[in-house]
Amino acid sequence: MMRQFAAFIKKEFLHVLRDARTMLILLGMPVVQIILFGFAISTEIRNIDLAVVIPSADGITRKLTEKMDASEYFTVRCVLQDSKDIERYFRDGTVSMAIAFSPDFADKVFSPEGSAIQLITDGSNTNTARTAAGYASAIILDGLTEDMPVSTGGIRPNIRMLFNPQMRSSYTFVPGVMGLIIILICAMMTSISIVREKETGTMDLMLVSPMRPSVIILSKMVPYMVLSTVNYLTILLLSVTLLDVPLSGNFWSLSLLSLIYIIVSLALGLLISTKARTQLAAMLGSGMLLMIPVVFLSGLMFPVESMPGFFRAVSAIVPARWYIEGVKKLMIEGLPIWLVTKEFIILSAMAVLLLAVSIRNFKLRLK
Amino acid sequence: MSENAIYAESLTKRFGSFTAVDHISFSVAKGEIFGFLGANGAGKTTAMRMLCGLSRPTSGRAVVAGVDISRRPEDVKRHIGYMSQKFSLYDDLTVSENITLFAGIYGMKEKDIARKSRDMLTRLGLYGERDTLVASLPLGWKQKLAFSSAVFHEPAVVFLDEPTGGVDPVTRRQFWRMIYEAAERGITVFVTTHYMDEAEYCHRVSIMVDGHISAMGTPSGLKAEYGAGSMDEVFYILARGARRSE
Repeated sequence: MMRQFAAFIKKEFLHVLRDARTMLILLGMPVVQIILFGFAISTEIRNIDLAVVIPSADGITRKLTEKMDASEYFTVRCVLQDSKDIERYFRDGTVSMAIAFSPDFADKVFSPEGSAIQLITDGSNTNTARTAAGYASAIILDGLTEDMPVSTGGIRPNIRMLFNPQMRSSYTFVPGVMGLIIILICAMMTSISIVREKETGTMDLMLVSPMRPSVIILSKMVPYMVLSTVNYLTILLLSVTLLDVPLSGNFWSLSLLSLIYIIVSLALGLLISTKARTQLAAMLGSGMLLMIPVVFLSGLMFPVESMPGFFRAVSAIVPARWYIEGVKKLMIEGLPIWLVTKEFIILSAMAVLLLAVSIRNFKLRLK
Repeated sequence: MSENAIYAESLTKRFGSFTAVDHISFSVAKGEIFGFLGANGAGKTTAMRMLCGLSRPTSGRAVVAGVDISRRPEDVKRHIGYMSQKFSLYDDLTVSENITLFAGIYGMKEKDIARKSRDMLTRLGLYGERDTLVASLPLGWKQKLAFSSAVFHEPAVVFLDEPTGGVDPVTRRQFWRMIYEAAERGITVFVTTHYMDEAEYCHRVSIMVDGHISAMGTPSGLKAEYGAGSMDEVFYILARGARRSE
């Protein structure tokens, strides 16, 4: 039995190694994604074009305007007398945010009547608008309180970002990229390689041999398991060296979690292969059934907590969600393994269930 | 019944309301070359898949190489070889990798594989091509290599599903010489074919029409029975009554 298993695994490796182009894509993909996410795509906001409306210039408004311009988040494009032209500047794209001071700002700011500041943002991109407004408020508050000789009784919260003090977006996407790459390679490639043998008819050849169907399936999974382990290590290495994302937790705990997730992904690929008849169908199936939930429902792009109830419920059955949460806890927050028990249990249960269902389906199809 | 390599009794396969194979009974003696003929859709492939243990019979019984296919389908597989025109070798593996794979699957030892595959490739005149990818071999060579791989582990019965499809007449004749050699070594050959001239090479043939076996016998016996000059005519007489066709 071992001899047959070895012969078959060797064959599967040869298939993968002979297809140089696919190999290159599989090994290069994580590198490209890490570089893309790390350097090109960033959720941090910089250099927002700003308009400032100052009906009557004074020391405070000038100082605040300078403070805005000096910060890395904003660039002051124009200073206006009144707010009637603001909309035009938004429309032609000169600015994407405006700050309007009330008249006689400095005179009235400490008077009972008070002064007002209005922040106008471009709501067509809600996330950017919200973040930019937050940055602006902080700068204004900072500038105003500096001028106050004594504390006016207002409490200034002292904000500390735990685990990610510099607010680097790479801390968020590295776990996401891991979740995405592993499911992509394991599920898509496994399903394609099984369906390819169905298409060419060589699967029949394997099935008339004395090899047990479960052995055929297991040996099909081995090369992709190895490949995704290589990818997992590549991503980890690139994140730590290139993106300065720390590996705060235990390496072996993280690897164990990843191994379970890899098994879940392989089982998903097998399940797809029992349903799909052509390689194209297998590819589209994995794309639609795996990529979309991973990108949209796993918390990779949108936080699970802010999803409507229905989608939050759906996200509970997306393996990537639990994996990404686990990686965040183990890698970024550096938590010990027993605080990740929930993720471990859920992923292990998914692995067992999916493997059982897909091997049963595979055998059923034979009859 | 022990002298029979294959024995089938009322073998039936239904898919829903469609009866692909309808109560067929026949037996094939050890070392015999048995031609299994029939038009497309007559049920040949389904019947063959049942005999190989790939598909479970709905009813009826069959024994292949002494093993009951309904009761111990996995055990049948140890005693058979299988080849079809559609596939049978991996294009992205080399000649010797393919042989090593199939021999390995049947549990042969590495030392035996090396010696035997050298003999086989020398006999086929393919030894110089042992490190060539199968994809770049001509079709005729692929077929010969596929057949040699199918009988490499010396199975009791070898199933050939339209093995000579798309091959030129000269290669076909060489191919049949290999089939004869295998039969002389005691391997029972169960072969389906479209080519009626090939049917003449078989010791005995059966002709399937609409899931039934309509005729069975030696080629010369069948020609005499139907007053036909060739197997082609016999087949035509039987098959024109078919309801199913593709």
